[in-house]
Order: sequence, then structure tokens, then C-alpha cells
Amino acid sequence: MFRVRRGRVVALTTAVALIGLTAACGSGDSGDTGSGAGGASAEKPSGDILVLTNRTDIVGTTLKGYATKFHAKYPEVNVKFEALTDYEGEVKTRMSTKQYGDVLLIPAGVAKADYADFFEPLGKPDELTKKYRYVDSSTVDGETYGLATFGNATGIVYNKKVFKEAGITALPKTPDEFLADLQAIKTKTQATPYYTNYKDGWPLSWPQGAMGSVSGDKDALVKMADNKAPWTAGQEKDTLDSLLFDAVQKGLTEKDPTTTNWENSKNLIATGKIGVLPLGSWAIAQMKDAATKAGTSPDDIGFMPMPFQVDGAYQSPVGPDFNQAININSEHKAAARAWIDWMVTDSGYSDVVGGLPTLRTGKTPADLKDFEASGVKFVEMVPSAKLDAVDKQSEIGLTQPDYYRDLVDAARGASGKTKAQIFDDLNSKWAAAIPKVG
Amino acid sequence: MTDVPAPTRESQTVVARFLDSLRASASGKKSFRQRLIPWLFLVVPLVLLITFTYVPVANMFWYSFTSWNGISKTKKVVGLDNYTEFFTRPDLYRVFFVSLYYLAASILQIALALYFATLLSFNTKFKNLFKGIIFFPYLINGVAISFVFLFFFQPGGTLDTVLGFLGMDKGSAPQWLGNPDIVNFSLAGTSVWRYMGLNFVLFLGAIQSIPGGIYEAAELDGASRWQQFRYLIAPSIKPIISLSFILAVSGSLAVFEIPFIMLDGANGSTTFVIQTVKLAFENNKVGLASAMAVILLLIVLLVTWIQRILVPEEEVDLS
Repeated sequence: MFRVRRGRVVALTTAVALIGLTAACGSGDSGDTGSGAGGASAEKPSGDILVLTNRTDIVGTTLKGYATKFHAKYPEVNVKFEALTDYEGEVKTRMSTKQYGDVLLIPAGVAKADYADFFEPLGKPDELTKKYRYVDSSTVDGETYGLATFGNATGIVYNKKVFKEAGITALPKTPDEFLADLQAIKTKTQATPYYTNYKDGWPLSWPQGAMGSVSGDKDALVKMADNKAPWTAGQEKDTLDSLLFDAVQKGLTEKDPTTTNWENSKNLIATGKIGVLPLGSWAIAQMKDAATKAGTSPDDIGFMPMPFQVDGAYQSPVGPDFNQAININSEHKAAARAWIDWMVTDSGYSDVVGGLPTLRTGKTPADLKDFEASGVKFVEMVPSAKLDAVDKQSEIGLTQPDYYRDLVDAARGASGKTKAQIFDDLNSKWAAAIPKVG
Repeated sequence: MTDVPAPTRESQTVVARFLDSLRASASGKKSFRQRLIPWLFLVVPLVLLITFTYVPVANMFWYSFTSWNGISKTKKVVGLDNYTEFFTRPDLYRVFFVSLYYLAASILQIALALYFATLLSFNTKFKNLFKGIIFFPYLINGVAISFVFLFFFQPGGTLDTVLGFLGMDKGSAPQWLGNPDIVNFSLAGTSVWRYMGLNFVLFLGAIQSIPGGIYEAAELDGASRWQQFRYLIAPSIKPIISLSFILAVSGSLAVFEIPFIMLDGANGSTTFVIQTVKLAFENNKVGLASAMAVILLLIVLLVTWIQRILVPEEEVDLS
């Protein structure tokens, strides 16, 4: 669930002035069968396609290069990009029209039940899963609608130099060891041990992203959807949220969380002013980049697993970043399909962004070599549509910042609430929502 | 006024013809063309108004009776369920308390604006400079203001530094945004800084429309500055003051920009509109959010209506 988010606020206020963007409408290619599995890919790819992307940072460089290479392979196809700063918000709005590109990344806010109305089926999951990972995440009623751009492993970005300065030699294996390490950073160095990014908010939802790292169970999300009290001592959700709570309560975070800044946090960790930031593996490349810009060594940026072990091994939940899908109204579905396949199979994109490959035969990127060497076990999480439905119905927002902020406010003694009160409240909302989604 | 040419014969006939047409329309005898022309002029504004105001509002009313999630192609009609839900969930309407901070702040804002407008309508040194300084914040984009004040309120930020110069101990400064008991005062203060300029200009304009002769007469009669304000200025600009209060009430119910950009509604700064936006776009409950928007609209209309009854609009007679 982690992805690049920039300038959400600025974009949101201007999003109202949405662009009447013309979808790429070439002539020719009228054989629009729109009939499931092989239908689209059976035709010869041709025409101009418009690809929507969230990567405003690399659209003019890396992606442009891909378009050129792709054109060399399929001379009859021209690929154009449109990069959107507030990707989620803008695409969700545009989906009420027919013009949301030919290829797009499925916004997280779109309910799975609605996929069939908006996206072209890419094939049967049984077939696709032989070749690709994360197929389940976009499968509805026996049809798969998207292929992941790449996969993310969950863990903690940390500054190796800060850890060394604090005298930490081995990676923490338990929450207590982890908190002790943060305490050591606080005592022995000038760095903020853990920077919450409370203001931007979305980096606070890591406890949800880390579901699976305590139990090593790939069905952790599915089970949570049916659990009437996930915030009870001993439950995975409780353990993870408590880790956030404890770190804040012990004063191991920045002084005033309300004035944090995500863009600046990259620079702070790169220059050794922050110890740890729990994030997905996609963040490693950005932090290393920040180190290069700040003139420090990118090698100081490390990535470690969540501080839990099952049978002596770390567990890292793995899930897809955005899924790429074809607009059901596209006039060039064959070309769109060819682009998605090429991106996943031939582009080498996952390696460039430091993500795990979607292709089963792909290799682990260089950025994750150290991480792999820690003996971590990758757990490909089984997604749960019911979990999303219960989450929306209860208005808790497992992947939204709001309730994590409540937790932080309680932990730093600002709101007067206790952890038990918040967890009880969450449990009762959760239990009330389960029967409503059926 | 010497540049205006004397009326020619031709322009006189045009005027005559115009008067004729007015007379004709008054007696109901209009040709088709005559009836069409005003509508032609109105086409553009009407199309814009309908497209960007009435159609969306009509849609909002319609969504408020459905359980639409914002994307789905099907909208299930649920009748008044959304409205029932709102009124039976205290956590949804509790956020109105946050508006009270802004309401209190806007009363302070009106008082300050009135004070400065009065002061600067008399002969003061650097009058125009001060006018500019007071009005300037209103011209700045709200996003920029929010970012500026985010740095201003940071621990060790501008405010703390200034207080440090004044001899305040650095460690004892409160967290202006981090402390939930203070955060709404900080945000409301920002709002006062930003919007005072608008009230100020409205008041200043009204005050300047008071004929100068009246002041002279008042001065000859020995009226003090306070008496001039109390018996001359205040009654003359009463309609503007009452308008300002309507705007203050509806504005403080609909606060959005500053708390949303600065804190994303965190730490107890969530206002009614922020909550509506979050319900619609984070929890995909567009139906419920639309119902809340309709309720807000009705409340604002109600407040305006009560205001109109309590303070009826009256013509101000200066002579």
C-alpha cells in the first residue's frame, strides 16, 4: 500500500480545475471485441495509447525511454504518458467519464466489485499466476483485471551510521530490542530515533502494511476481516499498533509531531538526523537519492525487517504496488495489453525502482540484497476484499492516517485518551461493521 | 467632465428610441426580437451558472438519498437513511464545536477590522501603507498562508524565536499546533490574520461613502472621535456590519482550507467540512457526505434567515 505521494494538498486544491484531456483516439483498429480473456491480445497491437502514471519524477526520463524501446518493438504503437501529482484523487474523478487513459494504475479507492465496470479482463487467474505474482490482488469472480507494476517488501528504512554511533551491532529481533535500540539512539546520538511523519500522515499507517510480519501468516488480512476484536492483546494488529504507541509514549519520536514534513524527512534520514522510518521497500531508492543530493553516502541507508521472528526467521509481508489495468473504453486494447506485458516482462522497471519483480522468474533488485541476506522470509499476502469493505463501513481507515494520529496523540499524552480506550473503541466499531458487509 | 461631447441629434434619437422601447415593454407590446435580446445577453452567465452551480447542487441532493460510493455505476436509493444516520451519530455533529473557536475569532476579527477602518478613515500618517499591509494577507493564496504559518508555529519556529527576544524562556513555549488545547486558537488566529483584510476593506469603503460635510458639522458641534464613531459612522455602516456577521457565521461553519492544509484535521482540528471530505473520499461514503453537505447548506440558510428577522435590512438615511 505504499507509494509515492507528493504535494497531495496542493494538487487537491487545484484538482477541481480538471483538464478536459482527450484520450488518444486514433482511427483504424475498430475490432473492439471486449470479450474477456484472449480477446484483446489476439489482435495486432496498433494505435496511440495514453498511459496514466503517478511517477511525476521519472515520467520524462525512465518512462520516456521505455516508450522509445517499446515503439522499436511495436512500430505501430505510440505510447504517451500523463503523470498526475494527486494520482488517486484525479483518476477517481476521471473514472466517471470514459477518458481515463488506455492503461492506468488501479486507484486504491476503487472497490473490487466495481472492477468489471471499468477495466478490461486480462485473463484467468489460474493461468496468469503461473507466470506472475500478486495476481490475486486484482482478481474478482474468476477474472483478473490488473498486473502489478512491481512488489513491495515491508520493513524499516534506517541509517546505518546512526545505528553504529549508538553502538547497535545486531538487528533487533523483538519489539523490546527495537525500542531499546531507539532508546540507545536517543541517548547516544543527536538523531530523532523514529520520525512519525504525523503531518503528512500516510507514513503512519505502516502497522497495517506490516500485517503478516508478526505471525508470518499469509492469510493474516483474511483472518482479520472475520475477527471481531483485532485490537486485543496477543492479536497481530494489537501488537503492531502497540509498537507505534510505545515508541511515541517512550518519547522516542520528534518533539512536535504536528509539524513534520515528508519531503524533508528524506533529507533528515540521509544526513543522519533520523534513525528509522518504517516504510515499504520502494522508499529505499528515494532515500538513497536524497543521500546523494545531500552529499552523504547512499550506502548509509539500510533496510531491515520488522522486529519480529517466527521460528528464528524474520518475516516480510510482500504485496503489489499499483496494479496496471486497461480502460474498458479503450479503442486500442491490444496495444494497451502489449504495453502492460512488456512493462512487467521486458522493461526491467522493478529493478530500476528497487521493487520486487512481478514476473516469477525475475530477480531481486540490488537494493534488497542486504535485506535478503538477513535471512528474511518473503510472505506474499493474500488480499481480502472483505477487509476493505469492513474498513470502509467502520470508517476506521486502516490505511488512512486518522486513527493512527489518535494513537500518537494519546501516546504523547496530548489527548487525555488511553490506549485501552482507543482500542476498545476500534474493536466496537470493527465488530459492528462486520455483520453489515455480510 | 468637459470631454463628454454634447448630445448630437443622432444620439438623441437613439435615446428616444430606447425610451420608446421601454414604454412599449411596459405596456406589454414586445416584438419577438425585443424579448429575445435580453436572453441573448444572459446566455453565457446562465449556462455557466447552471452548469457549475445548479447541476452539481441538484446532483448532491440526489446522491444524499443513495448509498453511492463515488465510483460505482449503480446508485442504490436508501431514502432518508443518510439523514437519520447523521442525526443519530454524535461523533458526526460533535465537530460543530470546533466552529465555535472560529466564530469567536471572527467576532474579534470584525471588531479589529472596524477599529482599523475607522482609524484609517481619519487623517493618519502613512495611511495608504497601513491599508496595504492590512489588506495584503487576503490576496495571498490560502495554501501559501498555511505553509507559512506551519513554519511560524513550529517548535523553535518564528513565533518561538520572537517570544524568545521578548524574554520568554525557550523551553516553556507551548506546542502551538501539537497541544490539542491550543491548536484551535492557533488556527483561528491564522484565519483572523487572513480574512481581516476583507472585512477591513468592506468597512473602509462604507465609511468613505459618508459625506465629509457631516464630519465637519460634527466637529463644529464638538463631537469627540468616539462620539463621531458611535453616532455617525456605526449607524451609517450598519448594513455592512450585519452582512459581515452573516458571513462570519456561515464562514465559521464551513472552515476548511487552513486546518486541512496545515494539519489534515489532526489533533482535534477537524471541522465539519473536513469530516465531510474524509467521509466521501477516504471512506467512499459519498451518499452520507452529500447528506451532510445538504444539512450544512440548510443550516447556513437558516442562520441567514434568523439574522434577517433579528436585524431587518433598512435604508440608511444620511441627510
